[in-house]
Amino acid sequence: MKMFSKLTSLAVALTMTLSLAACGGAAKPAETAKPAEEKKAEAAAPAEQKKEDKAGKKIVVGFAQIGAESEWRTANTKSIKEACEKAGFELKFSDAQQKQENQIKAIRSFIAQKVDYIALAPVVETGWDTVLKEVADAKIPLILVDRSVKTSDGKDDLWVTRVGENFYQEGVDLATWVKTNEEKLGFKDKAAVNVYQLEGTVGSGAAVDRGKAWADTMKDSKFKTVKSQTGDFTRAKGQEVMESWLKSDKGKIDLVYAHNDDMALGAISAIEAAGLKPGVDIKIVSVDGVKGAFEAMIAGKLNCVAECSPLTGPKLVETINDLAAGKQVPKLTYAKEGVFPADKAAEVLPSRQY
Amino acid sequence: MQNRLKNITKSRLFWPLMALALMIVFNIIFVDDFLKIEIKDGNLFGRIIDIINRAAPLMLMAIGMTLVIATGGTDLSVGSVAAISGALVCSLIGGDFKGVAQHPFAVAILAALAVSLLAGAWNGFLVGKLGIQPVVATLILFVAGRGIAQLITEGQIITVYYKPFAFLGGFAPGIPIPFSIIIVAIVLTIVLLVLKKTALGLFIESVGVNATSSRFTGISVTKIKFLVYTFSGLCAGIAGLIISSMIRAADANNAGLMSEMDAILAVAIGGTSMAGGRFSIGASMIGALIVQSITTTLYAVGVSAQVLPLIKAIVVIAICLVQAEEFRRKAFGIFAKKGGVQNEKAAAKL
Repeated sequence: MKMFSKLTSLAVALTMTLSLAACGGAAKPAETAKPAEEKKAEAAAPAEQKKEDKAGKKIVVGFAQIGAESEWRTANTKSIKEACEKAGFELKFSDAQQKQENQIKAIRSFIAQKVDYIALAPVVETGWDTVLKEVADAKIPLILVDRSVKTSDGKDDLWVTRVGENFYQEGVDLATWVKTNEEKLGFKDKAAVNVYQLEGTVGSGAAVDRGKAWADTMKDSKFKTVKSQTGDFTRAKGQEVMESWLKSDKGKIDLVYAHNDDMALGAISAIEAAGLKPGVDIKIVSVDGVKGAFEAMIAGKLNCVAECSPLTGPKLVETINDLAAGKQVPKLTYAKEGVFPADKAAEVLPSRQY
Repeated sequence: MQNRLKNITKSRLFWPLMALALMIVFNIIFVDDFLKIEIKDGNLFGRIIDIINRAAPLMLMAIGMTLVIATGGTDLSVGSVAAISGALVCSLIGGDFKGVAQHPFAVAILAALAVSLLAGAWNGFLVGKLGIQPVVATLILFVAGRGIAQLITEGQIITVYYKPFAFLGGFAPGIPIPFSIIIVAIVLTIVLLVLKKTALGLFIESVGVNATSSRFTGISVTKIKFLVYTFSGLCAGIAGLIISSMIRAADANNAGLMSEMDAILAVAIGGTSMAGGRFSIGASMIGALIVQSITTTLYAVGVSAQVLPLIKAIVVIAICLVQAEEFRRKAFGIFAKKGGVQNEKAAAKL
């Protein structure tokens, strides 16, 4: 520990010296301290250069990410990191390992560090009131990335905007595809189709919306949700829950609806272990569209995926630039998303970025 | 008759076995086809197989944890070490879609086990040599371990398509029982043999009861502690291999998450005192099976996701109460006997 604190103080001292040196250079104050790479980025984006000169420093963005729960999440992290780097922002990144308390800690540390913007991908919907008020008191604009937040008073004035995906629409798109393609899935002659739902993390916006969207779309149809259990958005849990269903509801399972691809991939391996053919004996549809899911679709083990695009980085940067320029931004912006059935997987895969 | 009953209930394995039996009876009544085991594709298939297979990583961790707890310590880092081991093996084999391994399978496994051993040795060094409190010492890797695992996988979930990798946590060709169970059996046999044939078990107990007097009788307390933590690291490493093999991927954030708590719970249900001293690896194995069967049962019965953790907690409390001497004496009054401090302590720590 002692060694660590020594290192930290050394680092702090070094930073201070550097910034002093930067101040000392009268001719080109900012340029000397900046690495060559960033200069290039600025040259590529003259608008940023201008803005920085006005503010006298680089835009600092604190990003409280959820963690690396799935391939989707890592693609999201990568997109935001790359976009910020390209735009010449300084990104302070925090990985919360799927814990709200870690995210709250990260936000508080961003406030203490006086960052210019805070981006938050909330792990659950509720419980953010206090910390978001602290952000508002510090007059730091807060941008929600990906999932949404519910405050206790139901107002949405604690954040400037949300750059995200439309979870509800994804669920509706997928459910509609299933309904219209019932012949392809072999459900045409069935009086009732038994759906088993693998839910995401209990209380998360994605799980709530995707669950509701499916239920709303499938209302009064022959698709009946028989069982629903959480798989925490992870492969291991999805596999374990599926394993259990395969024993208790053997022969009854027609369709598995997974709230994300990783749980679907877990379910696929459980179905294979039970000696059945995933995608044939039991149909599977899921949301997200990660590479692993496309690979599974090509292998015929997954039937359809509704995309939930994680590439929100550019959109986030655009929003921050607009805010910095004093422009009005809409309260909610969605990334573009689509539905990909298995037979299109092979042609789409090469163009996938995640 | 009374005496014989007393003797049976006095056995260390009695109450853990009773708890497990209760779980099984509950399952037989409420879960359809609980006992049914079929053969699918030449492999055994059924709920009981699921429970044992899923409990395998936990059993391995519990073996190491029992020895650590017997010396009066705790190892909080087992979950993180499992994540490191899984991350390393997956990144060495690589996520090639065609299923080609970048490094030989054996090399990847050995590397993962070597790193786990090293992690355990680090804990052993901190606790044994430097005398840092076990909870604090192992907390370092508990926190840092997942970071290390993420560093190895570069924050990605690496999916392994290399076929033989799935054997570890699934079925190897030609063997109808899950391979993980065979691994547990091998490790368990070796440990029990070593403990039986050498004085090591006695030394471990004596360190746990009184480290100072052990030192005066000539036992190297440092060495014993170093050894048990290193071994615990190795066990966690093997568990990590199985966990990652089950999902054929390295999930640095979720692999073995909270499993240190499950391992400690398994040991405590087995009746080994958290204060150290007498231990029973067999009882811990039963403890591990109980912990896993709680989860599997709740899925089978179809408890909704929202109340799952609550029900789990209630079941754990019930099991601990049944094991607690004081509670039994007050509740039933018939199994009264003295010297039942160990179980009570274990329950109290929970």
